[in-house]
Amino acid sequence: MKGNEAIAHAAIRTGCDGYFGYPITPQSEILETLAAEKPWETTGMVVLQAESETASINMVYGGAASGKRVMTSSSSPGISLMQEGISYMAGAELPALIVNVSRGGPGLGTIQPSQADYFQTVKGGGHGDYRLITLAPASVQEMADFVDLAFTLAFRYRNPAMILSDGAIGQMMEKVVLPEYRPRRTEEEIAAGCPWATTGRKGLRSPNIITSLGLRSEEMEAINLRLQAKYREIERKEVRYEEYLTSDAEYLIVAFGSAARISKKVTSLAREAGIKAGLLRPITLWPFPSERIASLCGQVKGILSLEINAGQMVEDIRLAAGGRIPVRWYGRLGGIIPEPEEVLEELKKIAAL
Amino acid sequence: MTTEEIIRPENLVYRKPELLNDVPMHYCPGCSHGMVHKLVAEVIAEMGMTEKTIAISPVGCAVFAYKYIDVDWQEAAHGRAPALASAVKRLWPDRLVFTYQGDGDLACIGTGETIHAINRGENIAIIFINNAIYGMTGGQMAPTTLLGMKTATCPYGRDVHLHGYPLKITEIAALLDGSCYVTRQAVHTVAAILKAKKAIRKAFDYSMQGRGASLVEIVSTCSTSWKMTPEKANRWMEENMFPFYPLGDLKDSKP
Repeated sequence: MKGNEAIAHAAIRTGCDGYFGYPITPQSEILETLAAEKPWETTGMVVLQAESETASINMVYGGAASGKRVMTSSSSPGISLMQEGISYMAGAELPALIVNVSRGGPGLGTIQPSQADYFQTVKGGGHGDYRLITLAPASVQEMADFVDLAFTLAFRYRNPAMILSDGAIGQMMEKVVLPEYRPRRTEEEIAAGCPWATTGRKGLRSPNIITSLGLRSEEMEAINLRLQAKYREIERKEVRYEEYLTSDAEYLIVAFGSAARISKKVTSLAREAGIKAGLLRPITLWPFPSERIASLCGQVKGILSLEINAGQMVEDIRLAAGGRIPVRWYGRLGGIIPEPEEVLEELKKIAAL
Repeated sequence: MTTEEIIRPENLVYRKPELLNDVPMHYCPGCSHGMVHKLVAEVIAEMGMTEKTIAISPVGCAVFAYKYIDVDWQEAAHGRAPALASAVKRLWPDRLVFTYQGDGDLACIGTGETIHAINRGENIAIIFINNAIYGMTGGQMAPTTLLGMKTATCPYGRDVHLHGYPLKITEIAALLDGSCYVTRQAVHTVAAILKAKKAIRKAFDYSMQGRGASLVEIVSTCSTSWKMTPEKANRWMEENMFPFYPLGDLKDSKP
């Protein structure tokens, strides 16, 4: 099935309580699949087409604030509209899943795939000091698998999580093993697992207030320091990446999502051409596998960051490399997917340095 | 009577509603918010819904409503409260879900969320404080500012050529098929307060009966930003606001 369809099926199967979204190419199949599957008749999952992405993300805010497992999905221009809500959710420490099946920008851009939302996602596209747990699937299988993983991480840290995919993975058809059915949490389970949630003062417990407001500077600084401590913990514990042919690699390609699929092919071509290439694929874009890249800098002679954008992740790789070895970027823009052969030529240039 | 006699339960003639927290309110003297808070607190308790209420506060003067009414609250981004409420009510259909919003929040930046939540027939109630001005930010022009009315951003009076017309969003709400009860009330007299309370009760009842969206507008004063004494603000409201925003039910779809 398509990557977008896998997201929808995985959501239904892993106990998602609600989906709120607005149509936009190339991810409308998520809402369409949910509407066709009618999960409100089976699992009780709510599916609602909102009037805008702004409304969608705020519906997610409301649902998350009441302890429910809720999500939305969109593509780049729609995700831009959601940044206000994402910042509010980060501030109010609400767990939720946002899926970005990204496309080329800026502006209305193109409906073709792109990874140009990297900065927006991992550097905080909304206002204020916050971080978004970000998972980057590279296959339809991972589209399905990361739904539950994203929710798990979101609830573990009370923080919004994003699946940053792109139009290629969203539209691509592959075989997929869907997760086993799991019922939605009961009211009692929500009360036990999310004692902070606004569900009504059952048993006349003290009221729960979900807010991102802290008018006094001291209060707001304390909130920020708590958030920063949480972000450091996530950076320590939740870095995920995949390595391919790195054990003897002399040159490293770093790439995520669609670009990582191309990069696997490039490593084979490079080895045929006598260049010992390996691939590091960040699965979490935030937290970023900086430590692993730093340690590989003691082994490899150069790094190529392959991105379907104008060079964004390359900045994080350079920070990790700390100037010890050359780090170069290659990519295509406007929705064009780089060909393995052109990437190989870039790798050869680094090998010739 | 001595003080001790006055506070004896048998001599009690009036008291704070149990759901109104015993904390100083930040509202200005003469502001309508305090009275509406009291009515909302009373209605929730009288309905026996304290354990089942999820309230949504706005951005505006009522942002801190969660400090005053002793139920679970979510504080929304500016204008987005009806979107939050839509999701919460669908996810928790047996809960009482309402928003509490001002005119800038509901009728300006949140117009889209307001109209669509009502039009979808969400089983929520919206309490709408219309004082024709942005109170919290210091008295700027609101969508509901009357023509000729002076504010910080229309210091020479609202001019239709410069600023357009005041928005009667409550009339719009009444036209939408998803609304079941739309009314305009005030809290400037005892009689008005009693009527407003009945309206809030009806809106909350209809929500729990699953009949659709309710909008209760409370035409309100903002003596600080209007630069009037509370007493004069009440008179000014009667003379200027009521002719443009007439009180009464605009829609009541009886079962």
